[in-house]
Amino acid sequence: MLNPDSVGSTFAGTDSITVSQSEIDAFCAVVGETDTTIAPPTFTIRITLTQFEEILTRPEIGLDWSRLVHGDQKFEIFSPVKAGDQLACAATIESYRVAAGNEIVSVRSDLSRDGKLVISAWSTLVVRA
Amino acid sequence: MVDFGGTGMNEVGTNLEEKVFYLNRALLKQYADASGDQNPIHQNEEFAKSVGLPNVIAHGMLTMALVGKYVSDFAHGSANVLEYSARFIKPVIVPEGEDVDLTVSASITGISDGKISLTLSATSAGVKVLGMAKAVIRQ
Repeated sequence: MLNPDSVGSTFAGTDSITVSQSEIDAFCAVVGETDTTIAPPTFTIRITLTQFEEILTRPEIGLDWSRLVHGDQKFEIFSPVKAGDQLACAATIESYRVAAGNEIVSVRSDLSRDGKLVISAWSTLVVRA
Repeated sequence: MVDFGGTGMNEVGTNLEEKVFYLNRALLKQYADASGDQNPIHQNEEFAKSVGLPNVIAHGMLTMALVGKYVSDFAHGSANVLEYSARFIKPVIVPEGEDVDLTVSASITGISDGKISLTLSATSAGVKVLGMAKAVIRQ
């Protein structure tokens, strides 16, 4: 169970992440995108979900990642992501509720470059009963 | 590029041309490697069935990435995609040896302040897989 005291808190990710061209190329190849100068709109989910897992499964927060289902996803993109970008990550637990034994947690990921917000992403994650 | 027709008319109520993407097991493996999401429900049929799924299912974010490509094409590039959201309501089921469809269409629901709002539709095998799917692009 998620520690309810963590709701409303923002957690910094461990390290800044440098986006590589090969990562963008691999993501573009999956969707058939030929313009690899800019990351596709959902590219940063790989950073966001890794950060969520690292943060939400910390012992003091206690989410069970093994029974997780992705409920919904939203991106607001303020500046396109390119190779070489160094992104700092923060995750905020925005809300939490339990319905029919399922834990439903809404988390926001903020990725910033040089202190300026690049992408905010909201995920609803459901831990199945 | 998706050919969205020759008229270039973008107004509220315009329906954009449908595009069909195809998913197979190889694409799921490719997305697993590109995204880092190696959950076996997206690759291993035996495992997927053991947790109550009908078969291997696509990553919800793969579905969203493909629909995102449709949005980027209409926007003339990913740099013009400002907002994008969806709810995962049904999985895309990907049996071994099959190419399953992801059929995407959209309509223009708003134009203001240099932005176009889209409502997106995504189905696979006739089943709606994304709900509340929307995007905002730079005009």
